[in-house]
Amino acid sequence: MIRVAGCDVGSLTSKAVIMEKNRIVGFSIVKSKAKPQDSADEAMQAALSQADCGLEDIKYCVGTGYGRDQISFVDEARSEIACHGMGAKWLVPSVRTIIDIGGQDCKAIRIDKNGKVEKFITNDKCASGTGRFLEVMAKVLNIGVDELGELTDKAQTPITFASMCTVWAQADVIKYINSGYSIEDIGAGINAAMAKRVAMLANAVKAEKDVCMTGGVAKNKGVVSTLEKVIGVKIKRVRKADPQIAGAIGAALFSQARLNGGGDK
Amino acid sequence: MIFAGCDVGSLTAKAVIMKDNEIISSAVVRAGIKPEESALAVFQMALGQAGLHMDDITFSVGTGYGKERIPFVKRSESEISCHARGAFWLMPSVRMIIDIGGQDAKAIKVDDSGKVIRYVYNDKCASGTGRFLEIMADALEVKLEDMGSFSETSEEKITISNQCVIFAETEVVSLINDGKSSCDIINGLHHAMANRVASLAKSIGVSEDVVMTGGVAKNSGVFKALSEGLSVPVKPLNGIDPQLNGALGAALLAADSI
Repeated sequence: MIRVAGCDVGSLTSKAVIMEKNRIVGFSIVKSKAKPQDSADEAMQAALSQADCGLEDIKYCVGTGYGRDQISFVDEARSEIACHGMGAKWLVPSVRTIIDIGGQDCKAIRIDKNGKVEKFITNDKCASGTGRFLEVMAKVLNIGVDELGELTDKAQTPITFASMCTVWAQADVIKYINSGYSIEDIGAGINAAMAKRVAMLANAVKAEKDVCMTGGVAKNKGVVSTLEKVIGVKIKRVRKADPQIAGAIGAALFSQARLNGGGDK
Repeated sequence: MIFAGCDVGSLTAKAVIMKDNEIISSAVVRAGIKPEESALAVFQMALGQAGLHMDDITFSVGTGYGKERIPFVKRSESEISCHARGAFWLMPSVRMIIDIGGQDAKAIKVDDSGKVIRYVYNDKCASGTGRFLEIMADALEVKLEDMGSFSETSEEKITISNQCVIFAETEVVSLINDGKSSCDIINGLHHAMANRVASLAKSIGVSEDVVMTGGVAKNSGVFKALSEGLSVPVKPLNGIDPQLNGALGAALLAADSI
């Protein structure tokens, strides 16, 4: 058996994927630690134990993400853009635009039919439109960040936030809570504010069909459905695997290509 | 004749009372949730100090974030006009006013007659506003008003790489965990803040003399860092708390209208 791996060390979570013959045989999502190496080790161990093998069985490993240059066991580091493009294409072969929302950044990537990156844009300067925005708001609402997504469908009259800035929106959320607005209406407003900010990036690369979303926020139903409305394009749901591991899948695919004598930079 | 100006900001409310072209009293209070209440509280305080009553005031002007909700003023004026009027009255050589409020930052250019010729402001992003420092003071567990003096004893230069308040806050926490001294971190924050405001000012072209107004102007660290960021010396407004400049301008505009 020839097994390869991809390891994506992000700011908030770290992901590892083990692949064999183009199939996922093990994967993991763990909370990132202070040191990227520790996060990578933990993610990798968890994926390996799921795949029931050891690090010595991995023929090639590509690292990506925020901490990619600090992982000892990787053979090569590749950019998140390249890995997300590659991973998304594996998940949804018809994809042309990928919107990836990470814990501290957001990217919109347009690829051609071969998966080659044509255009991309990243926001890692402003917390608005990133996972952090939702995290801050969930904390103020005293709910888990994974509970936010459900609120959009349950809302009666979603609130419109005046400002996109995380700091100002947070102050507004507190004001709305104190004024007695329902958590559903506030939550729906938060998801909409998030979607509006992300749509700016999607529009900047001129999102083409099919569009799919990766990263942890892709699991937030409210953000996805509002984003569809804002950009006017249906977003194809990722079903083949957890959208949060798209980058790690892409990294594993690069590993696989390397062993097959391909995957040039 | 007695004139008054009332400036209700997002964080503080200010009032200035003038008689015969001189300031006879002033007050600053922390703004509450309702602008009308904050306005009344600060106005009563200033009146009390001058031994006056509401009906002694010939004309009054309101300004600031809550200007439309001040019940007792005869008229409201933009913060831009008030800041320009106040600063020009105090210092006729002024050509640029940089005002950093609790939730915004503005740069205003005036000509040699004090007329506003250009202005730019940021109220979209918390970075470069008073809120930036407030959040950082909390993270560092220091008092906002002590930040200036802390930064004066900084020895090591620290560059804060994030402009976003949320990301910079995380950066500060990790700097604390790395064992960096608070004084050095605060100095780095002052420079980050000043650079942000300087780029706003530069977008309309800097012209001297430059003065700084608003509560943040009382922070000696930001003051110094802003001079560095603009590459021209920023001058202090003499004879007044820089936080009162908007209310002063409002009082002067009240007098102008009679």
